[in-house]
Amino acid sequence: MEFKADIGLEVHVQLKTRSKMFTRAPYYYGAEPNTLTDPVVLALPGVLPVMNKEAVRKTVQLGLLCKCEIAERCKWDRKNYFYPDSPKNYQLSQFDQPICNGGEVEIEMLGASRNVMGEHRMVQLTRIHLEEDVGKLTHFANDSLVDYNRAGAPLCEIVTEPDMHNADEVFAFLTALRNNIVAAGLSDCDMEKGQMRCDANISVRPVGQEQLGTKVELKNMNTISGVRNAVAYEIKRQIHAVMSKEPITQQTRRWDPVTQVTSKMRDKEESHDYRYFPDPDLMPVAISAELKEELGKDLPELPFDRQRRYMAELDLPYTITSVLCPDRALAEFFEEALAATKGKGEPKAVANLIVNELLRELSSGEQEGSLPLAESKVTPAHIAELVVLTEEGVITKQIGKEVFIEMYQSGKMPSAIVEEKGLQAEQGDDGELEAIIREVAADPKHEKAIAQFKEGNKKAINSLIGPIMKATQGKADPRKIMELLAKVLG
Amino acid sequence: MSDLISKTAAKLSAMLAAGEVSSVEVTQAFIDRTEAVEERVKAFNSCDKSWALAQAEASDKRRAAGQASGPLDGIPVALKDIIAVKDQPLTCSSRMLENFVSPYDAHVTELLKAQGAVLWGRLNMDEFAMGSSTENSAFQTSRNPWNLDCVPGGSSGGSAACVAALEAPLSIGSDTGGSIRQPAAFCGVVGMKPTYGLVSRFGLVAFASSLDQFGPFSRTVEDAAMLLQGIVGHDDRDSTSFKAEVPDYRAALTQKQGPWKIGVPSEYFAKGLDPEIKAAVEDAIKFYESEGCAIEEISLKMTEYALPVYYILATAEASSNLGRYDGIRYTHRAKNAEDAIDLYYKSRAEGFGPEVKRRIILGTYVLSSGYYDAYYLRAQKVRTLIREEFMQVFQNVDAILTPTTPTPSFKRGEKADPLSMYLNDIYTINVNLAGLPAISVPCGFTSSKLPIGLQLIGKPFAEADMLAMAHRYEQAHTWKDAVAAL
Repeated sequence: MEFKADIGLEVHVQLKTRSKMFTRAPYYYGAEPNTLTDPVVLALPGVLPVMNKEAVRKTVQLGLLCKCEIAERCKWDRKNYFYPDSPKNYQLSQFDQPICNGGEVEIEMLGASRNVMGEHRMVQLTRIHLEEDVGKLTHFANDSLVDYNRAGAPLCEIVTEPDMHNADEVFAFLTALRNNIVAAGLSDCDMEKGQMRCDANISVRPVGQEQLGTKVELKNMNTISGVRNAVAYEIKRQIHAVMSKEPITQQTRRWDPVTQVTSKMRDKEESHDYRYFPDPDLMPVAISAELKEELGKDLPELPFDRQRRYMAELDLPYTITSVLCPDRALAEFFEEALAATKGKGEPKAVANLIVNELLRELSSGEQEGSLPLAESKVTPAHIAELVVLTEEGVITKQIGKEVFIEMYQSGKMPSAIVEEKGLQAEQGDDGELEAIIREVAADPKHEKAIAQFKEGNKKAINSLIGPIMKATQGKADPRKIMELLAKVLG
Repeated sequence: MSDLISKTAAKLSAMLAAGEVSSVEVTQAFIDRTEAVEERVKAFNSCDKSWALAQAEASDKRRAAGQASGPLDGIPVALKDIIAVKDQPLTCSSRMLENFVSPYDAHVTELLKAQGAVLWGRLNMDEFAMGSSTENSAFQTSRNPWNLDCVPGGSSGGSAACVAALEAPLSIGSDTGGSIRQPAAFCGVVGMKPTYGLVSRFGLVAFASSLDQFGPFSRTVEDAAMLLQGIVGHDDRDSTSFKAEVPDYRAALTQKQGPWKIGVPSEYFAKGLDPEIKAAVEDAIKFYESEGCAIEEISLKMTEYALPVYYILATAEASSNLGRYDGIRYTHRAKNAEDAIDLYYKSRAEGFGPEVKRRIILGTYVLSSGYYDAYYLRAQKVRTLIREEFMQVFQNVDAILTPTTPTPSFKRGEKADPLSMYLNDIYTINVNLAGLPAISVPCGFTSSKLPIGLQLIGKPFAEADMLAMAHRYEQAHTWKDAVAAL
């Protein structure tokens, strides 16, 4: 029997705002426990919430980014439940009037190979609403500690339709969603810092069956790859269960990233009655057409749109664009560098230098992970100058690599480095170069290669280029060498 | 007994301004009075005498330097134990918060401090403002200064009793369904609930957020106007706080001359109203008539639904508002709990009194899945109808006149049945549901020497007219001069 899986996600994204959702206390990751609090965060007697308008604006932007319908009016509801991470024992959220309804996110599936663009499709969203985050509990053998730093941070909940059907689609969705949100500056979406969290609802059904199967909720996935692994495992588990005639019950399961299996947390019967009702301390929110328009103007080009543009207008290959485009900062760095060449640099040369040289150096330092682009001494102006120097033949490609390393380390401009070290390619005096070529060609150890060349194997003389380059200290233009070599060898 | 304590706040303010008396002398007089009668009245949960005197000294220094900040500078104001004052207890008369000290000031507290008022004591109340007699206080039942066997009303019973007993010239209470006006009527003082949104609720421990409002207690309408002036104003920490020009309430007392068109709702004079109260209120109607006011008989048909609507909405909000008292952070915490859930159960079982538990259970029930539409949602709709009915009536009248309570004060322990206690608020609850301002002023005594209250209900934010109307009545009568013999 063939099975089809249906997967819907609930993704929580912490918005990047200075203050919390309903009070002025700040929020950022990594502070000492319980230092980012105030009477409102701690729910002391008598305090009241005041809405953070910036968080609402950012949620509207998120909605616009996802092509949601933005509500003209939304309100705040209390979700009542007791848990020590929730200081009020109710969470301010949006029950029946979310800020955003519907919407979609474009995803890209894996291509046939790394060099080929994969299939693109839309994943449908149900809604996006705004709420406040809860604190963080740490459990010990005999007690638990609670840190309220995170409590009250603005949190968007993005709910998808059961519109994904395998783990790779889920991975592609989370990647695209994260890239879009980061590009728009709404959140950093670092899952390991809890800035993005994901629960998955998974069910399976025999192919051909209309009705969705019984869904299981999956929690505790801490990376995008973790979500992919957990979903893949859970689909297999459910198919196996159905094949073995074990009924699937509605339940919540926990992913264990160490053992890579899911296990039952609780059954549906234990689920809460949250007793939602409109919060009497907060006013409903009106979102005007003017505000929507204003916020829409602030949105960046989405990564996939940018990629299509680079490929069509700049004739960049898919492989390069798939590195440049998901990262807005990198793409903008590229565009600035390209602009700085003032038309004298090929887009592909600029992109190659960034993707091949710069990214490699950024990731090769002693730091953990890659050095952020902004912390590099190399600016778009550096890249542009280096590309132009190479393209105009002032320096050779070989020397260009040397100049790159030097400018990456010192931050000096390429022209200054070339000047300082006298790295200009030899110009005009073919006689000197020809003499060197004759000398190298006369070396008996190249006899065989030259013979092969003369017999018609054009590639055979490539082995001479290295020694010639060496003899010219790398300053010779390889095209010139080829030209003269052909002449010398007759 | 110093004769300072029998003077109104307005008079004391004038004496301070004229240099006839110091704030330290005034404050000391009320401290002495409190020490003399408090054992019988039991209005206060706690008093910080040295802090009060320090504030008074600071006030005198300001005045000596020519920097006195207004009519409240140097005047003692006692506060219901539901208002946050930095470094002072904030118990709400509950075991749950018995040891809680507030680390922050309410907006009202900030305003009073800025105006130099001498904050004096923490006043007893029904636990979390739930009740009509202070019998629900976890600590003590306050007494009615007019008859120590009787209750002072509630929930702001301590606030009313302390003013009636001359332990403070002014006090602040809070009113969710009548919690200022009913005790004011029972204790023969003036008590006023402003329009919802006029006074910031920041720092008012929430019972029912959509109904709660701070308000003043005093012995005269002028004093109430003076204290109201000191606590109104927009506060951006309260999203329901109203932004508007604030009139000069004290000046309005004499500027606004009427004659007014006064509505008298027949539903408020029906079955259940004490005949002596009925007679006293009818005399008040005759007074206004004699002053040239047009008296219009009106009908508020939705009145009969007010009580059930109130006990659905107020308890629903309370069940959620009181969730934060859980034994985890700053409240009473039960010993020997097995886990977090057990800690909740035990801490809340020990920390809350029976009436609070009753209302939490009621509120939890009406919000529960399957009951929400039938109770909470329907009650919200009826609340809208109640508000609309008032606004309809206010197209034809300037104010509505009613008794404040159906009966005078009663003996402690007399109303064991919660429902009969709830019925005490039938004339005041509507006002909160509609968000309107209302005031209770003394309008006589029963044959057994218990005070009677007259309620005037105003249009939204028309406190100035309402106060002027009440002032007119008060000035033509001598009730304000009567002092309970203690």
